[in-house]
Amino acid sequence: MSAGTYTPRPGAAPLGRMIAAQTSLETRMLLRNGEQLLLTVIIPTLLLVLFSAVDIVDTGAGESVDFLAPGILALAVMSTAFTGQAIATGFERRYGVLKRLAASPLPRWALMTSKTLAVLVTEVLQVALLTVIAFALGWSPQGNPLAVLLLLVLGTAAFSGLGLLMAGTLKAEATLAAANLVFLLLLVGGGVIVPLDKFPDAVQSVLGLLPIAALSDGLRDVLQHGAAMPWGDLGILAVWAVLGLGAAARFFRWE
Amino acid sequence: MKSESVVQLRGLVKRYGPKTAVDGLDLCVRTGAVTAVLGPNGAGKTTTIEICEGYRRPDAGTVRVLGLDPVADAAELRPRIGVMLQSGGVYSGARADEMLRHMAKLHAHPLDVDTLIERLGLGSCGRTSYRRLSGGQQQRLALAMAVVGRPELVFLDEPTAGLDPQARRSTWELVRELRTDGVSVVLTTHFMDEAEELADDVAVIDAGKVIAQGSPETLCRGGAENTLRFTGLPGLDVGSLLKALPDGSAAAEILPGTYRITGDVGPELLATVTSWCAQHGVMPSGISVERHTLEDVFLELTGKELRA
Repeated sequence: MSAGTYTPRPGAAPLGRMIAAQTSLETRMLLRNGEQLLLTVIIPTLLLVLFSAVDIVDTGAGESVDFLAPGILALAVMSTAFTGQAIATGFERRYGVLKRLAASPLPRWALMTSKTLAVLVTEVLQVALLTVIAFALGWSPQGNPLAVLLLLVLGTAAFSGLGLLMAGTLKAEATLAAANLVFLLLLVGGGVIVPLDKFPDAVQSVLGLLPIAALSDGLRDVLQHGAAMPWGDLGILAVWAVLGLGAAARFFRWE
Repeated sequence: MKSESVVQLRGLVKRYGPKTAVDGLDLCVRTGAVTAVLGPNGAGKTTTIEICEGYRRPDAGTVRVLGLDPVADAAELRPRIGVMLQSGGVYSGARADEMLRHMAKLHAHPLDVDTLIERLGLGSCGRTSYRRLSGGQQQRLALAMAVVGRPELVFLDEPTAGLDPQARRSTWELVRELRTDGVSVVLTTHFMDEAEELADDVAVIDAGKVIAQGSPETLCRGGAENTLRFTGLPGLDVGSLLKALPDGSAAAEILPGTYRITGDVGPELLATVTSWCAQHGVMPSGISVERHTLEDVFLELTGKELRA
């Protein structure tokens, strides 16, 4: 290199450009990771197709896809905002990525904003794909799109808070194991593919307070039954979001 | 006006539980110089550097980096410094060029990424993801990430650990180019030769304190005495030779015809000896100078080997 190449000329890029670049990178990292795609795309798609086509679970009256599609959308949100984000962030913390970025011009809040935007971009792709598949399976959704959007956003906030809390406090390996285990447990016990009314009453009332149950129940109220605004479920999600994001902000460790 | 120092540390203390990692450390880093923080593993090098980078707050003492407080003024400081961590710092699924381009995008006037990739031999990484790169490639990428934003000051934590000799030379070359272009460099190392080759200033750290600081030459001269030997006729007048030498020197005929001079052995002393020989019609042969290395200085200062 010629003389003067490294002559100092420091400066941060404009904030908008930094966030755009970081969001783009985070999204590419999410979509490039095979294990992540398994969780976020392949498992929800397979469950939707398999359980719509084969009557394994009694989903009550009507087309089974009308019951399943809202649950699978809730699962998609959980897989990206909670499981995927927890595992990815846990390993970024472990391998010093968060630490290195903390010394860059990118502010920490902008890094978290970019992570959230990357989650939202991924969710848009998931929802688009799953919606197309559900329509192909004969889905006939109803209800207010705004209510659906609100549920998805609050659900994302709730799951992100819990995912980041886990990633920022546990070891990466523990996060990997716990996030997958939680995914599996909530898949079964969160009203995603198995209706909550298959469980005993006492268990039901507890399970109903889980964020995944609130999200899938709320989406089902709107999309399957045409409810206006499922305030109860939105309230549960809002409480989880405040608790999760608050605890993550308080306890998250960057190293 | 440019300040004379880029880093000022006074009475720095950092404890981790019962362990004191940094124990009242004072350090001043000159603007535009390459400063090596030298010491054995566990001496407190990384803790000191990471306090400068704003990663941790000291338990006591003051820190000024480019005149700023690394924690309170982080937003102002971060764009002006380049950081190379001891390891990691890159998404495991990212490619080398992808990560470097990303770091460039976070800065207002970055270096040309393609030129930097070529300069550091990272072109061979191709489409390989970070986790599959060799240790040397990962090190060079981390170095590139530290300089891509055209910082005023770079902190390199063990920049050549684990590199083969050729890659080490190439890293040294880059550090010299940075200095030539006016970038201040602080690097930690436990390699003596690296500090000797590269540094304008060396701060020797042991047990959380700076125990010696200065240019490699000063440190070597100030510590153990250096030795000059030559062979000539037996029975030369050692007393006359000693009179010609500066105060504090010693001269002796250790074997018939072999003379040893100890003291501040530098070019002046060598010239004095040869001109004394010329005056006395002696042809000195086999002149050898043994200068003490930083290794000797370190041993003398701490009573222990740098590398166990």
